[in-house]
Amino acid sequence: MTGHLLPDRRSGLDRRSLLVGGAAAATALAARASRAQLQLDITRGFVEPLPIAVSPFAGDGPGARERGEALAQVVSADLDSSGLFRTIDRRAYLQSPEELRGIPRFADWRAINAQALVTGLVRTAEPLSVEFRLWDVFGGGQMKGLRLDAPSASWRRIAHKIADAVYERLTGERGYFDTRIAYISETGSPTRRIKRVAVMDQDGANHAFLTDGGQLVLTPRLSPDVEKIAYLVFRPPAPRVVMRELATGREIVLGEFPGMSFAPRFSPDGRTLLVSIAEGGNTDLYAFDLASRRLRRLTQDAAIDTSPSFSPDGSRIAFNSDRGGSPQLYVMAADGSGVRRISFGTGRYGEPEWSPRGDLIAFSKIERGFFHIGVMKPDGSDERLLTRAYQDESPTWAPNGRVVLFSRQDRAGGRTRLFSIDVTGYNEREIPTPLDASDPNWSALLP
Amino acid sequence: MTKRFVLAALGLLLLVGCSSSNDTATGASAGGGAGPAVGAPGAGGVASSELGGPGGRVTPGSQQDLEINVGDRVFFAFDSAVLDDAARQTLERQAAWLKQFPAVSVTIEGHCDERGTREYNLALGDRRANAVKTYLVALGISPDRIRTISYGKERPADPGHDETAWALNRRAVTVVNVGY
Repeated sequence: MTGHLLPDRRSGLDRRSLLVGGAAAATALAARASRAQLQLDITRGFVEPLPIAVSPFAGDGPGARERGEALAQVVSADLDSSGLFRTIDRRAYLQSPEELRGIPRFADWRAINAQALVTGLVRTAEPLSVEFRLWDVFGGGQMKGLRLDAPSASWRRIAHKIADAVYERLTGERGYFDTRIAYISETGSPTRRIKRVAVMDQDGANHAFLTDGGQLVLTPRLSPDVEKIAYLVFRPPAPRVVMRELATGREIVLGEFPGMSFAPRFSPDGRTLLVSIAEGGNTDLYAFDLASRRLRRLTQDAAIDTSPSFSPDGSRIAFNSDRGGSPQLYVMAADGSGVRRISFGTGRYGEPEWSPRGDLIAFSKIERGFFHIGVMKPDGSDERLLTRAYQDESPTWAPNGRVVLFSRQDRAGGRTRLFSIDVTGYNEREIPTPLDASDPNWSALLP
Repeated sequence: MTKRFVLAALGLLLLVGCSSSNDTATGASAGGGAGPAVGAPGAGGVASSELGGPGGRVTPGSQQDLEINVGDRVFFAFDSAVLDDAARQTLERQAAWLKQFPAVSVTIEGHCDERGTREYNLALGDRRANAVKTYLVALGISPDRIRTISYGKERPADPGHDETAWALNRRAVTVVNVGY
């Protein structure tokens, strides 16, 4: 998919055909067409959602009107899910999509108190071509214009990219809607649970199972380029980490690990896969170089060392260890040196996940019979618990570091489902999945 | 920390274990079918295992034989891989049984309760399975006959969500390999 900025109304629209996978130029080019000051400060705790209108897109070509409706719906759902925006009911809109091919009548949008307005135009050829514009209703100008081209089958990605562009323009933060989630789908009795690796869009669409449930699988992790997936499979002779190409399903052979390998994590540059290896009752951390296939041992002690997580610059690794007598969080240099404990609160800590922003580490914590998802700074200070339930586990970050996704069993024996919560502690919501769900992993923004 | 404790306990129990294991094994066999000789799973815990036919036609050296006449599993305290007295007694019977059937090889499955994270529990289950293996090897069973696998918290024996269920789930189960 490719994107082009629309610097101003109906100019500079080249029509060359475009390919999937091209770099979106949205952020690289800083062409601010208006001086509008509309800006949402999302660094505070609770943010009153910004009222925004998303008009069904106008269209040219067969089925364009339906496509325009669907695109607007996906954009609205994305923005609403962030908790930062509130899409105004389209039945209140005074201007029709067709009238919005030109400059909007801002008075009509001020009348329904829309702070911002999204308009669009769809051309249903192959590839599908969509222009969208974001307007500052009270400032009376265009804030952003973009043309996106992609195969029709990827129409939802166009909508997600539009939502990302709106989010970015209005909050000053990168968006996270054009992303995927890998997770473990669960069915069956608790004693013989059937688990499958599944992948879906961030909003639950385009759901697919990657494994058939014949073997127990756990903890999927997507590579930074979202082209590969690593996970744990119980396959004789020992449970082990495997890696597959997402597009083809082809397994990429990693070679033999001694003992049981588990807890896979990609490095930010995608070249290294961290794993835990359990041998003879002791679990240590190893770095596996994917190109040379060399395995380098990072920890040497007799304690459990697992659940590693790279800092976004790749220089440090947070991990879980019981070397101090109970499971706690530690940080070390990427070569294994300079180990330092960072969790000192009461309770048992696990699953540190370094935010892609670098500023926080999310974790799960078990205390007085409850599981929590929390965050702390990488030096261990400023611990804050975001959630509490019977079992909250497996935190994973949205690529902009503002939202944490996790799995929850809200009561003993209840369903296990995916939830997200803002790092502020607000806007907790369920991410619907067809079956029970655990071990989520949120991808980077798609290329 | 845990490891050192287990080893120390092992050294001590090797002496005791060798002399008592025969008696224990015989005692259990004599009880034939009276019930699984498992370690106490914790206060109020109910252990269950399949019963042999009324005619007592349990194939010697089989999984059923192990379950009924020896005890196929041991239990652990929370976040611990330390073998307590009951566990050691069970393993001493297992060692005697394994000596009786030298062609049998086994897999020790390490399991955990649900009150821990998935990955930590995989490591803890491995630690438990290996604590059992280490003890059996110390009792004279060849390490070549014993494999280990950790299931973490993925395969609870009891689907419940209270201390009774968790105590039953913190276990290492000795499973006779089929086809080896």
